[in-house]
Amino acid sequence: MSQILDSYRGLQLGNRWDRAPKWFRTVALLLVVAFAFYLPFLNILPFAYIRTDLNPTGSDWASVLFLIVVYMIAAVGLNVVIGFAGLLDLGYVGFYALGAYSVALFGSPSSPVVQALQSRFDLSEEWAVPFVMCIPIAIAMSLTAGVILGAPTLRLRGDYLAIVTLGFGEIIRITARNLDNVTGGAAGITQVPVPPGPEIDGRSFFNTIDAERWYWLALVILILIVWLASRLEHSRVGRAWLAIREDEDAAAVMGVAGFKFKLWAFAIGASVGGLAGLLFGSKQQYVEPNAFMLNLSFLFVAMVVIGGSGNIVGVLVGAFLLTYLPERFRELQEWRPFAFGLALVLVMVLRPQGLVPSRRRAAEIEDRRHEAEEAAADA
Amino acid sequence: MPEHEIVGAEELKDTSDHDKIAIETSGAVGEVLLEVDHVTLRFGGVVALNDVNFDIRRGEILGLIGPNGAGKTTCFNAMTGVYTPTEGTIRFKDQEIAGTKPHRINHLGIARTFQNIRLFPEMSALENVMVGCDARHKTSVLGVLFRAYRVRPSEGELPKSGIRRSFAKVFGISRHTLEERAGRRRSMELLRFVGIADRAHEVARNLPYGYQRRLEIARALATEPELICLDEPAAGFNPAEKEDLMGLIRRIRDLGHTVLVIEHDMKLVLGVTDRIVVLEFGQKIAEGTPEEVARNPKVIAAYLGEPDDAA
Amino acid sequence: MDFDALINGLDRHTLDGITRGSIYALVALGYTMVYGVMKLINFAHSEVFMVGTWTVLGTYTVLGATAGMGVGMVIAATLLALLAAMLASAGTALAVERIAYRPLRKKGAPPLIFLITGIGCSLVLVETFGQVLRAFFGPPFGRVTVNIPSVIETKVVFTIPGIDLPVTNTRLLIIIGAIVMMIALDTFVNKSRLGRGVRAVAQDPDTASLMGVNQERVIMLVFVLGGAMAGVAALLFTIQYDITKFDIGFIIGIKAFTAAVLGGIGNLRGALVGGLLLGVVEVYASQIWDSSWTDVTAFIVLVLVLMFRPTGLLGESLGKARA
Ligand SMILES: Nc1ncnc2c1ncn2[C@@H]1O[C@H](COP(=O)(O)OP(=O)(O)OP(=O)(O)O)[C@@H](O)[C@H]1O
Ligand SMILES: [Mg+2]
Repeated sequence: MSQILDSYRGLQLGNRWDRAPKWFRTVALLLVVAFAFYLPFLNILPFAYIRTDLNPTGSDWASVLFLIVVYMIAAVGLNVVIGFAGLLDLGYVGFYALGAYSVALFGSPSSPVVQALQSRFDLSEEWAVPFVMCIPIAIAMSLTAGVILGAPTLRLRGDYLAIVTLGFGEIIRITARNLDNVTGGAAGITQVPVPPGPEIDGRSFFNTIDAERWYWLALVILILIVWLASRLEHSRVGRAWLAIREDEDAAAVMGVAGFKFKLWAFAIGASVGGLAGLLFGSKQQYVEPNAFMLNLSFLFVAMVVIGGSGNIVGVLVGAFLLTYLPERFRELQEWRPFAFGLALVLVMVLRPQGLVPSRRRAAEIEDRRHEAEEAAADA
Repeated sequence: MPEHEIVGAEELKDTSDHDKIAIETSGAVGEVLLEVDHVTLRFGGVVALNDVNFDIRRGEILGLIGPNGAGKTTCFNAMTGVYTPTEGTIRFKDQEIAGTKPHRINHLGIARTFQNIRLFPEMSALENVMVGCDARHKTSVLGVLFRAYRVRPSEGELPKSGIRRSFAKVFGISRHTLEERAGRRRSMELLRFVGIADRAHEVARNLPYGYQRRLEIARALATEPELICLDEPAAGFNPAEKEDLMGLIRRIRDLGHTVLVIEHDMKLVLGVTDRIVVLEFGQKIAEGTPEEVARNPKVIAAYLGEPDDAA
Repeated sequence: MDFDALINGLDRHTLDGITRGSIYALVALGYTMVYGVMKLINFAHSEVFMVGTWTVLGTYTVLGATAGMGVGMVIAATLLALLAAMLASAGTALAVERIAYRPLRKKGAPPLIFLITGIGCSLVLVETFGQVLRAFFGPPFGRVTVNIPSVIETKVVFTIPGIDLPVTNTRLLIIIGAIVMMIALDTFVNKSRLGRGVRAVAQDPDTASLMGVNQERVIMLVFVLGGAMAGVAALLFTIQYDITKFDIGFIIGIKAFTAAVLGGIGNLRGALVGGLLLGVVEVYASQIWDSSWTDVTAFIVLVLVLMFRPTGLLGESLGKARA
């Protein structure tokens, strides 16, 4: 196993990429994006076997692609929190759920909230907040939750933060389950709205059958989010986060407002999580509390750390593997959590920096290993 | 990405243009800049500072000396917001700063280096300094994300090539981009100023010890402090390096900074400072010009048997 | 909100809360000791407890123990189950340390990674009982709640005069058992030579290793001790609730962790105070509101404590404890 990892390291893909001329990188990137858009129709023989629907027990390929991209969005958002700012958030599913529930609560004509609004303002029974308006609501809700949760807890030690956020994720789910007259309780909410679009073949543009359209929509959003996240990474904000991670006290003395930047990381992560949840809820057209179990939080965290926390490419790889593999091997569904746990332990023990690490993270860990070895030698 | 820009030969010239990194000061030379007013600081039973009292005047180089454990570093920590004094106050430009958050104090205009070097080890030297520059930058997180704050660029700031140039002419350039460029330029300038520009793109942890010490100074200068506090900047230096450092400290003052320096090497302290404050067991035992302090019997007694680090 | 339900049965609910709290306190010890020495939240500790409950079930099954046996048999079966649970839990804790934490310590991985491998171990253990063992052996393993024979027949042993509160033998056993174990552990850590090593490492690992304390041994010791205490908790839990389930650890673990933080993490006596307090608060809350909110109570208590008194009620002090 470790030999495989070593030979892979020998390829030095990251360095080669950086040394490649700019035109090459642009063209390569465009090709990758084009291929990503083409994926739902993948029929090139050597690639086609990765399609989940060609598998006897497999599921709808375009829907799987959509889920992968939604989880990628969530993972890129969580990477801002974990990878950039170095904060462990174990309650990310809470924000994801808030996003999904926002669009359901305000956009679905059958949600108790909308019904209350209807009767309060004498609106028709079909009335609901339009989908486009639900987007800012969802982002605002998850962002507010992020700030409310972050403000008192970000001053705590990192591992305390992990537990408090974990609690937050559970509180959101339990609240959604228990508040029947607001969230529809365990039954959930149906008729969640979909994005507007021209009608084709008598069906609305975004429907339950043509999943590839959902996938393309999500892909566009993912590209946008990745672009914004890398803007952050290569700016004063990214430097501030890195400085905080490396030496918070020294950073403060150099004028870095640690708490402010951490809170921003938390808020940004929360709103991206909300956005991912919104996409998910809208495609399902149905939300219910059980879709937001704690394990999903662990899955998100695992995508980030297994992929390579701090490195957007790594995180995308992690999200892809952890969403795609379980879908590809659906016949082993019952074994999924076990395999997931095992993978977490194995990958982290053998390769704490993740599969596709950020060079800095790898260096940090390498450094500490030397320190640990020296300390052990001294003792 | 931008890290991989190759430094041009011109950038490597070790003569810096002082005008580019000199700071603007807001008061007259000689007026009181910082006032340590009857400060006491206790750690449980340990009294690290006991009713300490002194001023720093604008434009001077003040030495803070004393035997090991005298409370010098603790004094820095109190001035930069790392610790809050148990009693007494500290005023900077007539503003109370004891108990203020460290990053706020930095924004007010105090920067420091650390006795036990505390760089950001995985960042390049240049990035370390850029973190310091960021302290003066105004772009917010949203500004970085959406770049909506546009500035009309001057001719020199316009890109050379066609489309980008027209774009910048019509839509301006985002403040973030300009600040990033300015920060990069200024950081490079500062690295040259302290004499380590040749290894600007190396990660801090791989730099030689002497470079790390200088990098700390450059990083502190980048925050454009009116007062810069150096905690044993010459520790571990050989005599030639110490000589260099004395020059550097004087040049820092010439840029408009006021300098407070902790140092054990008497020769260096006596050679470079305008005034000296002496601490022993947390108490101030003397204050005055280098000549006065060197003659002071209390100081001589305090340093008796105290081996000179220069040896 | 329903305060009447609470007021009417205040004495009963308090006793109920203390019973629960005793179990939380015992599990909390594991979190507290590991945290004190390694500054690490051992995420898999909840599963150490879970393994203990299954071991109790296994022991009873092997012995053929059921309800309504003779007194001698009951005592023998219970003691054997206790021993087995302590061994199994301690062994699990040690295995987690070996597999998930030690290699990372050697590599100097950042604290975050320890939490992740802890979560991984936790999942593996949960799924071992929920899936792996079921695949090989079938029931009782699997994702359903399993009954454990109530070997000890519940009887009212006495009634507290004045308030007329009947106290059953099982409750008495749990409360006394928990307190005895806590005292034993506290004495061990404070009086024995090994215990001094634990405190020394908790206080200052570097100095301790200079003084010749073997840090690796101390770490193993706290995992074993914490595991054994979780084993005791597992037995007491099964006596009171007669069930187990593959994922029973999670919620108890969270509560025990809350208890540890509430009392002051790293502080053994804090674990007791925090556990009892949390147990009582939780039972009261479930009376005032609806029991579907019970699990939220612990989280809310946790957030409040961390916001207003992050060092806990008694302060954090495995090392500082009268050192
Ligand atoms: N965080 C702390 N907690 C407890 N005591 C401290 C702390 N920081 C400093 N001290 C104590 O305060 C006293 C002064 O320490 P300080 O570091 O200021 O001395 P110094 O003059 O900088 O010495 P040196 O020349 O060795 O750097 C010492 O006795 C030290 O042990
Ligand atoms: Mg010092």
